[in-house]
Amino acid sequence: MAENNGTYLIRGASILGAGAEDLLISDGVIAARGAAAATHKDADGATVIEAAGLVALPGMVDVHTHLREPGREDAETVETGTRAAALGGFTAVHAMANSNPVADTAGVVEQVHSLGRAAGWVDVRPVGAVTVGLAGEQLAELGAMADSRAQVRMFSDDGICVHDPVLMRRALEYVKAFDGVVAQHAQEPRLTAGAQMNEGAVSAVLGLTGWPAVAEESIIARDVLLAQHVDSRLHVCHVSTAGSVEIIRWAKERGINVTAEVTPHHLLLTDDLVRSYNPVYKVNPPLRTDADVQALRAGLADGTIDVVGTDHAPHPSEHKECEWAQAAMGMTGLETALSVVQHTMIETGLMTWADFARVTSTAAAQIGRMTDQGRPLDAGEPANIILVDPAARWTVDPAKMATMGRNSPFAGLELPGKVVATFYKGHPTVLDGKLNTPYRESAASAAGAS
Amino acid sequence: MKHLLSTEDLSVANAIRILDTAEEMAAVGDREVKKLPALRGRTVVNLFFEDSTRTRISFEAAAKRLSADVINFAAKGSSVSKGESLKDTAQTLAAMGADAVVIRHWASGAPHRLAATDWIDAAVINAGDGTHEHPTQALLDAFTMRRHWSKLAGSSSIGADLKGMRVAIAGDVLHSRVARSNVWLLRTLGADVTLVAPPTLLPIGVEHWPCKVSYNMDDTLAQGVDAVMMLRVQGERMNASFFPSTREYSRRWGFDDNRLRALDSLGLKDTIIMHPGPMNRGLEISSAAADSPRSTVLAQVRNGVSVRMATLYLLLSGDTREPAVTAGAAHINAARSNAAHSTKESN
Repeated sequence: MAENNGTYLIRGASILGAGAEDLLISDGVIAARGAAAATHKDADGATVIEAAGLVALPGMVDVHTHLREPGREDAETVETGTRAAALGGFTAVHAMANSNPVADTAGVVEQVHSLGRAAGWVDVRPVGAVTVGLAGEQLAELGAMADSRAQVRMFSDDGICVHDPVLMRRALEYVKAFDGVVAQHAQEPRLTAGAQMNEGAVSAVLGLTGWPAVAEESIIARDVLLAQHVDSRLHVCHVSTAGSVEIIRWAKERGINVTAEVTPHHLLLTDDLVRSYNPVYKVNPPLRTDADVQALRAGLADGTIDVVGTDHAPHPSEHKECEWAQAAMGMTGLETALSVVQHTMIETGLMTWADFARVTSTAAAQIGRMTDQGRPLDAGEPANIILVDPAARWTVDPAKMATMGRNSPFAGLELPGKVVATFYKGHPTVLDGKLNTPYRESAASAAGAS
Repeated sequence: MKHLLSTEDLSVANAIRILDTAEEMAAVGDREVKKLPALRGRTVVNLFFEDSTRTRISFEAAAKRLSADVINFAAKGSSVSKGESLKDTAQTLAAMGADAVVIRHWASGAPHRLAATDWIDAAVINAGDGTHEHPTQALLDAFTMRRHWSKLAGSSSIGADLKGMRVAIAGDVLHSRVARSNVWLLRTLGADVTLVAPPTLLPIGVEHWPCKVSYNMDDTLAQGVDAVMMLRVQGERMNASFFPSTREYSRRWGFDDNRLRALDSLGLKDTIIMHPGPMNRGLEISSAAADSPRSTVLAQVRNGVSVRMATLYLLLSGDTREPAVTAGAAHINAARSNAAHSTKESN
């Protein structure tokens, strides 16, 4: 890419799917929008990006990403995972705590945070573990993680449910001190011992141990009541059942401070796929039925479910090239999230691009208490922006992805929508649909001099 | 049909073909020289990730009676127990030139993985996978039932199905691959199946199965039944609260002496009692029932060898493979199958 002064004039992009306008990006912020952009003093010498037919959206914010570093650098690193994120249209990701060592101290969350800054592709917001070692016995030093340079606001034992009701109550209470949120992986452990897939008609035939919907719903019901009781903030990770949507809807109607997330794969895929016994479809919580898929889409459309979270979970191939019961749970998702949400929510008429911006960016940033992400595309706002070609169609090929994980359940599927450009802090991390260069703080501050 | 992975997707034509071929194979077992040269030079691997002496020796006998070379690969005490993956094991067997892999695995779906991946090109026969399926067990059960049903009708079993036969399958359906394979195959063959079990030992979703479900053994018997198949109950289920005690289980769902007498008083003189073995005498079946003239337990074992011979023969001789796409290949297939038939007839 040619050198420039860090100034970009995006011409004729459909802002949040509405009318075409210009955007001028300069010094990491949106300098001007609309007619004022081209006439702005910084527009001279700006790199012009013709964006007719493209939709401009706030950079996506993932509330649920597994970057695997430290500990499983054979599965993913902060570098590779955030490259995948940028290509997928993200400008921020929340890195889950189940690394090795677990992100349960200020030291580990600061390490992940600094790896993210060094990579420079997106904001990496570490999620802190709720309990020491994810063991569910003793609270981790939540305050120390909140006060660290990583400024952790989201805490989760994701992968493992904080099933002890007293511990969950204490965690919910404690995070109020620094406006934190507990993100619960809702899974009653005794009801899911050895669970392999959704419990229902398909598991009955396949002879795989069932993961019943009630194991998720009973924990969510308990937790919303706990959140109400201690007047705190609860986030429910990867909601997967129709019943969970009903419980969260009920809780919101009562004014309980709960938010919820759904993954792209739960918006599209069902447990019928498990009939192949191909472990690429093995995930936790498991793929459910079509009735659940429809309820999740309706819940996301009506705001019961606040955000899309990818639960991007890369695994080395040997963890999937085996018997179903032996295989690791999880799917990659960063590079397919936008397309799957467009396919399931926008092409179905359930949502607009403005709604898309809400569920993939605005609401997600608010849950993570990020102040410079998920902002409106207005003058003076930080320039975290993506340009999407909604008319593009592409066939998913995991071998071509930036993530090290090849475990995409969408492999071979033709999907709509392509990220053409990603601007992170005013810098194009992705241009022409390809990875460009990472954001460098020094480069940005020196931009005026160059 | 390249593999035999389940009975769920077994067509009625292929099912009857296997059963009919098994009748021919059974005749071999009655001869002085119990051997056919049909699979001479072919290699059959018994790949067992789970102990099952009965099934393994049944397949071994079947393959040997067809003159195949048999390799027994028990995962315990092999490289598998040292952490070798299914993929590496399969590729190793492929490199050694296995023509068929008979696989028993504790994980549901493991045979499907072997068949669906490019790890190995051999014919895969499911010899029991987890709590999924055990298709050759269901075929040998159906073979046993068909002989009985045809005898009652006074007709030949060749080409026959099981229309009108009432079969009760009783016990731990939830964890039973035998029950699953039987439900699908018996549906395909036209029998009326009733599952009898405590609600805790029936899978969620059983209401979608092509059978009736009952919680009451005595009611099921009173409504009339032509075959009662008792499933083995694992002792460890008791500790997981599937039922309160073995005695209560035995009283409510076991085939005990009272129920054996009840068959007589109900006028069900031709009803047979089946069990896939190994039996827990005194738990799901009483000794009197297991040893009664109604019991087909040993006939099932004998028929198992015939059914497994038929399966190996049909898969390896190319007889039931998918129709070839090109005329040339079809011709070769036809030639191969003719050759196989003439080999058999000449013996």
